[in-house]
Amino acid sequence: MARALINVPKIARKGELVEIRVLINHVMEPGHRRDAMGAAIPRDIIHSFVCSYNDEDVLRADFFPAMSANPYLAFSTIARDSGSIVFTWTDDQGVVQTERATITIL
Amino acid sequence: MIRLLLAALLFASPALAQRSGYDDASVQTRAMQDDDSANPGFLWVRHGEELWSQPTGTAGKSCANCHNAPDTLRNVAARYPAWDATLARPITLVQRINRCRESHQGTTALAPDNDIMLALSALVGLQSRGTKIVVANDGPLAPFLADGARLFRQRQGQLNLSCANCHDDRAGQRLGGSIIPEGHANGYPQYRLEWQGLGSFNRRLRSCLIGVRAEPYGPASAEAVAIELYLMQRAGGLTVETPSVRP
Ligand code: HEC
Ligand code: HEC
Repeated sequence: MARALINVPKIARKGELVEIRVLINHVMEPGHRRDAMGAAIPRDIIHSFVCSYNDEDVLRADFFPAMSANPYLAFSTIARDSGSIVFTWTDDQGVVQTERATITIL
Repeated sequence: MIRLLLAALLFASPALAQRSGYDDASVQTRAMQDDDSANPGFLWVRHGEELWSQPTGTAGKSCANCHNAPDTLRNVAARYPAWDATLARPITLVQRINRCRESHQGTTALAPDNDIMLALSALVGLQSRGTKIVVANDGPLAPFLADGARLFRQRQGQLNLSCANCHDDRAGQRLGGSIIPEGHANGYPQYRLEWQGLGSFNRRLRSCLIGVRAEPYGPASAEAVAIELYLMQRAGGLTVETPSVRP
Protein backbone atom coordinates (compact mmCIF):
# COMPACT_ATOMS: atom_id res chain seq x y z
CA MET A 1 0.00 0.00 0.00
CA ALA A 2 1.23 3.50 -0.78
CA ARG A 3 2.38 5.77 2.00
CA ALA A 4 0.41 8.88 2.87
CA LEU A 5 0.87 11.88 5.16
CA ILE A 6 -2.39 12.95 6.80
CA ASN A 7 -2.73 16.19 8.70
CA VAL A 8 -6.01 16.80 10.53
CA PRO A 9 -6.29 18.65 13.86
CA LYS A 10 -7.01 16.13 16.65
CA ILE A 11 -9.18 18.60 18.54
CA ALA A 12 -11.38 21.44 17.28
CA ARG A 13 -14.15 23.69 18.53
CA LYS A 14 -17.64 23.19 17.14
CA GLY A 15 -18.14 25.45 14.11
CA GLU A 16 -14.41 26.07 13.68
CA LEU A 17 -12.90 26.08 10.18
CA VAL A 18 -10.27 23.34 10.15
CA GLU A 19 -7.54 22.83 7.58
CA ILE A 20 -6.92 19.35 6.24
CA ARG A 21 -3.72 18.45 4.35
CA VAL A 22 -3.02 15.14 2.66
CA LEU A 23 -0.05 13.93 0.63
CA ILE A 24 0.12 10.52 -1.02
CA ASN A 25 2.89 8.58 -2.73
CA HIS A 26 1.95 7.98 -6.37
CA VAL A 27 3.84 8.10 -9.70
CA MET A 28 1.05 10.03 -11.49
CA GLU A 29 2.35 8.81 -14.85
CA PRO A 30 0.58 11.09 -17.36
CA GLY A 31 0.50 8.62 -20.27
CA HIS A 32 2.22 10.96 -22.73
CA ARG A 33 5.78 9.78 -22.14
CA ARG A 34 7.98 7.14 -23.74
CA ASP A 35 10.62 4.98 -22.11
CA ALA A 36 14.28 4.66 -23.19
CA MET A 37 13.28 2.13 -25.87
CA GLY A 38 10.60 4.39 -27.33
CA ALA A 39 7.64 2.41 -26.00
CA ALA A 40 4.70 4.41 -24.66
CA ILE A 41 4.47 4.40 -20.86
CA PRO A 42 0.81 3.74 -20.02
CA ARG A 43 -1.11 6.31 -18.05
CA ASP A 44 -1.32 5.57 -14.32
CA ILE A 45 -2.74 8.40 -12.28
CA ILE A 46 -5.00 8.74 -9.28
CA HIS A 47 -8.21 9.77 -11.00
CA SER A 48 -10.42 10.39 -8.03
CA PHE A 49 -10.22 11.53 -4.45
CA VAL A 50 -12.97 11.63 -1.86
CA CYS A 51 -12.92 13.00 1.67
CA SER A 52 -15.87 12.17 3.89
CA TYR A 53 -16.59 13.34 7.42
CA ASN A 54 -18.83 11.01 9.44
CA ASP A 55 -20.01 9.42 6.16
CA GLU A 56 -20.87 12.71 4.50
CA ASP A 57 -18.73 13.84 1.54
CA VAL A 58 -16.91 17.10 2.15
CA LEU A 59 -14.72 17.03 -0.95
CA ARG A 60 -14.76 15.06 -4.19
CA ALA A 61 -12.14 15.70 -6.82
CA ASP A 62 -11.35 14.29 -10.26
CA PHE A 63 -7.66 14.37 -11.15
CA PHE A 64 -6.27 14.62 -14.69
CA PRO A 65 -2.82 14.04 -16.23
CA ALA A 66 -0.12 16.69 -15.69
CA MET A 67 -0.46 16.70 -11.91
CA SER A 68 2.89 16.15 -10.18
CA ALA A 69 3.88 12.85 -8.61
CA ASN A 70 2.99 12.49 -4.91
CA PRO A 71 -0.01 14.85 -5.07
CA TYR A 72 -0.68 17.17 -2.15
CA LEU A 73 -4.10 18.58 -1.31
CA ALA A 74 -5.01 21.24 1.24
CA PHE A 75 -8.63 22.18 1.90
CA SER A 76 -10.88 23.12 4.79
CA THR A 77 -14.12 22.04 6.34
CA ILE A 78 -16.28 23.05 9.30
CA ALA A 79 -15.84 21.02 12.47
CA ARG A 80 -19.23 19.69 13.47
CA ASP A 81 -19.21 16.46 15.47
CA SER A 82 -16.54 14.18 16.86
CA GLY A 83 -15.89 11.26 14.59
CA SER A 84 -13.82 10.11 11.68
CA ILE A 85 -12.58 11.73 8.49
CA VAL A 86 -11.93 9.20 5.74
CA PHE A 87 -9.81 9.78 2.64
CA THR A 88 -10.03 7.57 -0.46
CA TRP A 89 -7.82 7.72 -3.53
CA THR A 90 -8.53 5.56 -6.61
CA ASP A 91 -6.05 5.11 -9.44
CA ASP A 92 -6.11 3.85 -13.04
CA GLN A 93 -5.00 0.36 -11.94
CA GLY A 94 -8.08 0.16 -9.75
CA VAL A 95 -6.04 0.44 -6.55
CA VAL A 96 -8.12 2.05 -3.83
CA GLN A 97 -6.34 3.47 -0.82
CA THR A 98 -8.16 4.51 2.31
CA GLU A 99 -6.78 6.43 5.27
CA ARG A 100 -8.66 7.71 8.27
CA ALA A 101 -8.18 10.32 10.99
CA THR A 102 -10.24 11.04 14.08
CA ILE A 103 -11.32 14.45 15.26
CA THR A 104 -12.69 15.36 18.70
CA ILE A 105 -14.99 18.33 19.09
CA LEU A 106 -14.73 20.24 22.37
CA MET B 1 28.67 55.05 7.37
CA ILE B 2 31.33 53.79 4.98
CA ARG B 3 32.42 51.28 7.59
CA LEU B 4 28.82 50.05 7.92
CA LEU B 5 28.50 49.67 4.16
CA LEU B 6 31.75 47.79 4.04
CA ALA B 7 30.60 45.45 6.79
CA ALA B 8 27.34 44.84 4.92
CA LEU B 9 29.28 44.05 1.76
CA LEU B 10 31.58 41.69 3.58
CA PHE B 11 28.68 39.83 5.10
CA ALA B 12 27.01 39.48 1.73
CA SER B 13 30.13 37.92 0.27
CA PRO B 14 29.73 34.18 -0.30
CA ALA B 15 33.37 33.55 0.56
CA LEU B 16 32.60 34.40 4.18
CA ALA B 17 29.28 32.70 4.81
CA GLN B 18 28.07 29.72 2.86
CA ARG B 19 24.69 30.00 1.28
CA SER B 20 22.52 26.90 1.32
CA GLY B 21 20.64 25.90 -1.83
CA TYR B 22 17.59 26.54 0.36
CA ASP B 23 18.22 30.29 0.12
CA ASP B 24 18.27 30.11 -3.69
CA ALA B 25 14.98 28.20 -3.86
CA SER B 26 11.61 29.92 -4.38
CA VAL B 27 9.34 30.88 -1.48
CA GLN B 28 7.02 27.99 -2.40
CA THR B 29 9.83 25.41 -2.47
CA ARG B 30 11.16 26.64 0.87
CA ALA B 31 7.65 26.46 2.37
CA MET B 32 7.42 22.85 1.17
CA GLN B 33 10.69 21.96 2.90
CA ASP B 34 9.67 23.73 6.12
CA ASP B 35 6.33 21.98 6.57
CA ASP B 36 6.68 18.31 7.50
CA SER B 37 3.13 17.61 6.32
CA ALA B 38 3.83 19.08 2.85
CA ASN B 39 7.44 17.91 2.43
CA PRO B 40 7.19 14.73 0.30
CA GLY B 41 10.53 13.57 1.77
CA PHE B 42 8.51 12.58 4.83
CA LEU B 43 6.86 9.77 2.84
CA TRP B 44 10.30 8.13 2.92
CA VAL B 45 10.91 9.10 6.56
CA ARG B 46 7.65 7.34 7.53
CA HIS B 47 8.74 4.29 5.53
CA GLY B 48 12.11 4.40 7.33
CA GLU B 49 10.32 4.40 10.68
CA GLU B 50 8.54 1.18 9.71
CA LEU B 51 11.78 -0.42 8.49
CA TRP B 52 13.66 0.64 11.63
CA SER B 53 12.05 -2.06 13.76
CA GLN B 54 11.72 -4.79 11.11
CA PRO B 55 14.22 -7.64 11.58
CA THR B 56 16.10 -8.54 8.36
CA GLY B 57 18.95 -10.77 7.28
CA THR B 58 20.39 -13.98 8.69
CA ALA B 59 20.98 -12.35 12.12
CA GLY B 60 17.25 -11.63 12.38
CA LYS B 61 17.98 -8.19 13.86
CA SER B 62 16.40 -4.79 13.28
CA CYS B 63 18.10 -1.40 13.63
CA ALA B 64 16.03 -0.93 16.80
CA ASN B 65 17.54 -4.07 18.41
CA CYS B 66 20.94 -2.38 18.58
CA HIS B 67 20.23 1.35 18.33
CA ASN B 68 16.92 1.61 20.28
CA ALA B 69 15.07 4.70 18.98
CA PRO B 70 16.26 6.54 15.83
CA ASP B 71 17.10 9.61 17.92
CA THR B 72 20.02 7.74 19.49
CA LEU B 73 21.68 8.57 16.13
CA ARG B 74 21.13 12.32 16.71
CA ASN B 75 23.79 14.52 15.05
CA VAL B 76 25.49 11.52 13.43
CA ALA B 77 24.73 12.61 9.84
CA ALA B 78 26.33 16.00 10.54
CA ARG B 79 29.78 14.38 10.82
CA TYR B 80 29.69 12.03 7.80
CA PRO B 81 31.56 10.97 5.66
CA ALA B 82 33.67 9.73 8.60
CA TRP B 83 36.76 7.64 9.08
CA ASP B 84 36.26 3.88 9.29
CA ALA B 85 39.18 2.35 11.16
CA THR B 86 38.54 -1.20 9.95
CA LEU B 87 38.42 -0.25 6.27
CA ALA B 88 41.10 2.42 6.73
CA ARG B 89 39.17 4.91 4.57
CA PRO B 90 36.32 7.40 4.90
CA ILE B 91 32.79 6.07 4.42
CA THR B 92 29.55 7.92 3.67
CA LEU B 93 26.41 7.62 5.79
CA VAL B 94 24.92 5.30 3.16
CA GLN B 95 28.01 3.09 3.35
CA ARG B 96 27.82 3.14 7.17
CA ILE B 97 24.22 1.90 7.03
CA ASN B 98 25.32 -0.76 4.55
CA ARG B 99 28.09 -1.83 6.96
CA CYS B 100 25.40 -2.45 9.58
CA ARG B 101 23.28 -4.32 7.05
CA GLU B 102 26.17 -6.56 5.99
CA SER B 103 28.08 -7.19 9.20
CA HIS B 104 25.39 -6.74 11.87
CA GLN B 105 22.20 -7.88 10.12
CA GLY B 106 23.61 -10.40 7.68
CA THR B 107 21.95 -8.99 4.59
CA THR B 108 22.98 -7.27 1.36
CA ALA B 109 24.32 -3.78 0.79
CA LEU B 110 21.93 -1.46 -1.09
CA ALA B 111 22.55 1.21 -3.74
CA PRO B 112 22.09 4.79 -2.47
CA ASP B 113 18.92 5.23 -4.54
CA ASN B 114 17.30 1.95 -3.57
CA ASP B 115 13.95 2.84 -2.00
CA ILE B 116 14.82 1.09 1.29
CA MET B 117 18.17 2.89 1.53
CA LEU B 118 16.51 6.23 0.74
CA ALA B 119 14.01 5.58 3.55
CA LEU B 120 16.70 4.58 6.09
CA SER B 121 19.10 7.39 5.16
CA ALA B 122 16.27 9.96 5.24
CA LEU B 123 15.31 8.78 8.74
CA VAL B 124 18.91 8.82 10.01
CA GLY B 125 19.59 12.18 8.29
CA LEU B 126 16.49 13.74 9.86
CA GLN B 127 17.91 13.05 13.33
CA SER B 128 20.53 15.73 12.55
CA ARG B 129 18.22 18.31 10.99
CA GLY B 130 19.28 21.74 12.25
CA THR B 131 22.67 20.50 13.45
CA LYS B 132 25.76 22.35 12.22
CA ILE B 133 27.88 20.20 9.89
CA VAL B 134 31.28 19.41 11.38
CA VAL B 135 33.27 16.94 9.33
CA ALA B 136 36.77 16.20 10.60
CA ASN B 137 39.50 17.49 8.27
CA ASP B 138 42.66 16.29 9.94
CA GLY B 139 44.43 13.03 10.72
CA PRO B 140 43.91 10.17 8.28
CA LEU B 141 41.09 12.05 6.48
CA ALA B 142 43.41 14.79 5.22
CA PRO B 143 44.69 13.06 2.04
CA PHE B 144 41.12 12.02 1.06
CA LEU B 145 39.93 15.58 1.58
CA ALA B 146 42.77 16.84 -0.61
CA ASP B 147 41.66 14.37 -3.31
CA GLY B 148 38.10 15.68 -3.09
CA ALA B 149 39.27 19.29 -3.32
CA ARG B 150 41.41 18.45 -6.35
CA LEU B 151 38.56 16.63 -8.11
CA PHE B 152 36.25 19.59 -7.40
CA ARG B 153 38.64 21.90 -9.25
CA GLN B 154 39.50 19.52 -12.08
CA ARG B 155 37.99 20.42 -15.44
CA GLN B 156 36.31 17.45 -17.08
CA GLY B 157 33.82 16.25 -19.68
CA GLN B 158 33.20 17.48 -23.21
CA LEU B 159 32.27 20.88 -21.80
CA ASN B 160 35.58 20.96 -19.93
CA LEU B 161 34.17 22.49 -16.74
CA SER B 162 35.05 21.84 -13.12
CA CYS B 163 32.57 21.80 -10.26
CA ALA B 164 34.33 24.95 -8.99
CA ASN B 165 33.74 26.76 -12.32
CA CYS B 166 30.03 26.71 -11.54
CA HIS B 167 29.69 26.34 -7.77
CA ASP B 168 32.53 28.64 -6.63
CA ASP B 169 33.05 31.06 -9.53
CA ARG B 170 29.48 31.43 -10.81
CA ALA B 171 27.30 30.72 -7.79
CA GLY B 172 24.29 33.04 -7.83
CA GLN B 173 24.36 33.39 -11.64
CA ARG B 174 22.00 31.52 -13.91
CA LEU B 175 22.35 28.41 -16.02
CA GLY B 176 19.34 28.52 -18.30
CA GLY B 177 16.40 29.02 -15.98
CA SER B 178 18.10 27.77 -12.81
CA ILE B 179 20.13 29.69 -10.29
CA ILE B 180 23.53 28.06 -9.81
CA PRO B 181 23.68 27.27 -6.08
CA GLU B 182 26.91 26.98 -4.14
CA GLY B 183 26.45 23.21 -4.45
CA HIS B 184 26.36 22.12 -0.82
CA ALA B 185 25.63 18.53 0.16
CA ASN B 186 23.75 19.49 3.33
CA GLY B 187 20.30 18.07 2.63
CA TYR B 188 20.59 14.53 1.27
CA PRO B 189 18.64 12.49 0.54
CA GLN B 190 16.76 15.32 -1.13
CA TYR B 191 13.36 15.69 -2.75
CA ARG B 192 13.82 17.34 -6.12
CA LEU B 193 10.75 18.60 -7.93
CA GLU B 194 12.52 17.83 -11.22
CA TRP B 195 12.99 14.20 -10.15
CA GLN B 196 9.48 13.96 -8.71
CA GLY B 197 11.07 11.87 -6.01
CA LEU B 198 13.73 11.53 -3.32
CA GLY B 199 17.33 11.10 -4.48
CA SER B 200 20.74 10.55 -2.96
CA PHE B 201 23.83 12.76 -3.14
CA ASN B 202 25.15 10.30 -5.73
CA ARG B 203 22.19 10.98 -7.97
CA ARG B 204 22.91 14.72 -7.76
CA LEU B 205 26.60 14.15 -8.52
CA ARG B 206 25.64 12.02 -11.50
CA SER B 207 23.36 14.78 -12.88
CA CYS B 208 26.08 17.43 -12.63
CA LEU B 209 28.68 15.14 -14.25
CA ILE B 210 26.31 14.17 -17.07
CA GLY B 211 25.57 17.89 -17.40
CA VAL B 212 29.20 18.57 -18.39
CA ARG B 213 29.19 15.35 -20.47
CA ALA B 214 31.72 13.58 -18.27
CA GLU B 215 31.69 9.92 -17.29
CA PRO B 216 29.81 9.79 -13.94
CA TYR B 217 31.61 8.29 -10.92
CA GLY B 218 30.10 5.08 -9.52
CA PRO B 219 28.34 5.63 -6.15
CA ALA B 220 30.88 3.49 -4.25
CA SER B 221 33.94 4.87 -6.09
CA ALA B 222 36.78 6.55 -4.22
CA GLU B 223 36.11 9.71 -6.27
CA ALA B 224 32.45 9.97 -5.24
CA VAL B 225 33.32 9.50 -1.54
CA ALA B 226 36.19 12.04 -1.74
CA ILE B 227 33.92 14.66 -3.37
CA GLU B 228 31.19 14.09 -0.78
CA LEU B 229 33.78 14.39 1.99
CA TYR B 230 35.13 17.62 0.51
CA LEU B 231 31.63 19.07 -0.03
CA MET B 232 30.52 18.32 3.53
CA GLN B 233 33.69 19.89 4.87
CA ARG B 234 33.14 22.90 2.59
CA ALA B 235 29.53 23.16 3.89
CA GLY B 236 30.80 23.36 7.50
CA GLY B 237 28.78 26.07 9.23
CA LEU B 238 25.57 25.25 7.39
CA THR B 239 23.08 22.94 9.09
CA VAL B 240 21.77 19.57 7.94
CA GLU B 241 18.42 20.02 6.11
CA THR B 242 17.51 16.39 5.38
CA PRO B 243 15.05 15.82 3.78
CA SER B 244 15.61 19.05 1.82
CA VAL B 245 13.44 20.17 -1.10
CA ARG B 246 14.94 21.75 -4.22
CA PRO B 247 13.63 22.70 -7.67
C1 HEC C 1 23.61 -6.07 15.65
C2 HEC C 1 23.63 -4.67 16.00
C3 HEC C 1 23.36 -3.62 14.95
C4 HEC C 1 22.32 -3.54 14.05
C5 HEC C 1 21.23 -4.56 13.80
C6 HEC C 1 22.47 -2.28 13.37
N1 HEC C 1 23.57 -1.61 13.82
FE1 HEC C 1 24.17 0.23 13.29
N2 HEC C 1 25.78 0.07 14.47
C7 HEC C 1 26.06 -1.00 15.30
C8 HEC C 1 27.36 -0.79 15.96
C9 HEC C 1 28.03 -1.73 16.95
C10 HEC C 1 27.83 0.45 15.48
C11 HEC C 1 29.18 1.12 15.83
C12 HEC C 1 30.19 0.86 14.74
C13 HEC C 1 30.58 -0.60 14.60
O1 HEC C 1 31.22 -1.12 15.49
O2 HEC C 1 30.20 -1.22 13.58
C14 HEC C 1 26.83 0.97 14.57
C15 HEC C 1 26.91 2.19 13.91
C16 HEC C 1 25.89 2.76 13.15
C17 HEC C 1 25.91 4.10 12.61
C18 HEC C 1 27.03 5.11 12.77
C19 HEC C 1 26.95 5.75 14.13
C20 HEC C 1 28.05 6.75 14.38
O3 HEC C 1 28.04 7.30 15.49
O4 HEC C 1 28.87 7.01 13.50
C21 HEC C 1 24.73 4.27 11.92
C22 HEC C 1 24.29 5.52 11.17
C23 HEC C 1 23.99 3.03 12.03
N3 HEC C 1 24.72 2.14 12.78
C24 HEC C 1 22.74 2.82 11.45
C25 HEC C 1 22.09 1.58 11.49
C26 HEC C 1 20.85 1.32 10.78
C27 HEC C 1 20.08 2.32 9.94
C28 HEC C 1 20.54 0.00 11.04
C29 HEC C 1 19.38 -0.80 10.47
C30 HEC C 1 19.33 -0.88 9.03
C31 HEC C 1 21.57 -0.53 11.90
N4 HEC C 1 22.50 0.45 12.16
C32 HEC C 1 21.60 -1.82 12.39
C33 HEC C 1 25.28 -2.08 15.51
C34 HEC C 1 24.13 -2.40 14.79
C1 HEC D 1 27.65 23.89 -15.64
C2 HEC D 1 27.53 24.23 -14.24
C3 HEC D 1 27.68 23.11 -13.21
C4 HEC D 1 28.77 22.27 -13.03
C5 HEC D 1 30.06 22.20 -13.85
C6 HEC D 1 28.45 21.48 -11.87
N1 HEC D 1 27.21 21.80 -11.38
FE1 HEC D 1 26.39 21.14 -9.66
N2 HEC D 1 24.70 22.22 -10.03
C7 HEC D 1 24.52 23.08 -11.09
C8 HEC D 1 23.19 23.66 -11.04
C9 HEC D 1 22.59 24.64 -12.04
C10 HEC D 1 22.58 23.11 -9.89
C11 HEC D 1 21.18 23.40 -9.38
C12 HEC D 1 20.25 22.31 -9.73
C13 HEC D 1 19.49 22.57 -10.96
O1 HEC D 1 18.68 23.46 -10.96
O2 HEC D 1 19.69 21.79 -11.93
C14 HEC D 1 23.56 22.22 -9.27
C15 HEC D 1 23.36 21.53 -8.09
C16 HEC D 1 24.35 20.87 -7.39
C17 HEC D 1 24.19 20.36 -6.05
C18 HEC D 1 22.93 20.41 -5.20
C19 HEC D 1 22.94 21.57 -4.24
C20 HEC D 1 21.78 21.52 -3.26
O3 HEC D 1 21.36 22.58 -2.82
O4 HEC D 1 21.33 20.43 -2.90
C21 HEC D 1 25.37 19.75 -5.72
C22 HEC D 1 25.71 19.06 -4.42
C23 HEC D 1 26.26 19.89 -6.87
N3 HEC D 1 25.60 20.58 -7.85
C24 HEC D 1 27.54 19.39 -6.94
C25 HEC D 1 28.34 19.45 -8.08
C26 HEC D 1 29.64 18.77 -8.20
C27 HEC D 1 30.28 17.92 -7.12
C28 HEC D 1 30.11 19.06 -9.45
C29 HEC D 1 31.39 18.58 -10.10
C30 HEC D 1 31.49 17.16 -10.30
C31 HEC D 1 29.14 19.95 -10.09
N4 HEC D 1 28.09 20.13 -9.24
C32 HEC D 1 29.28 20.51 -11.34
C33 HEC D 1 25.47 23.39 -12.06
C34 HEC D 1 26.71 22.79 -12.19
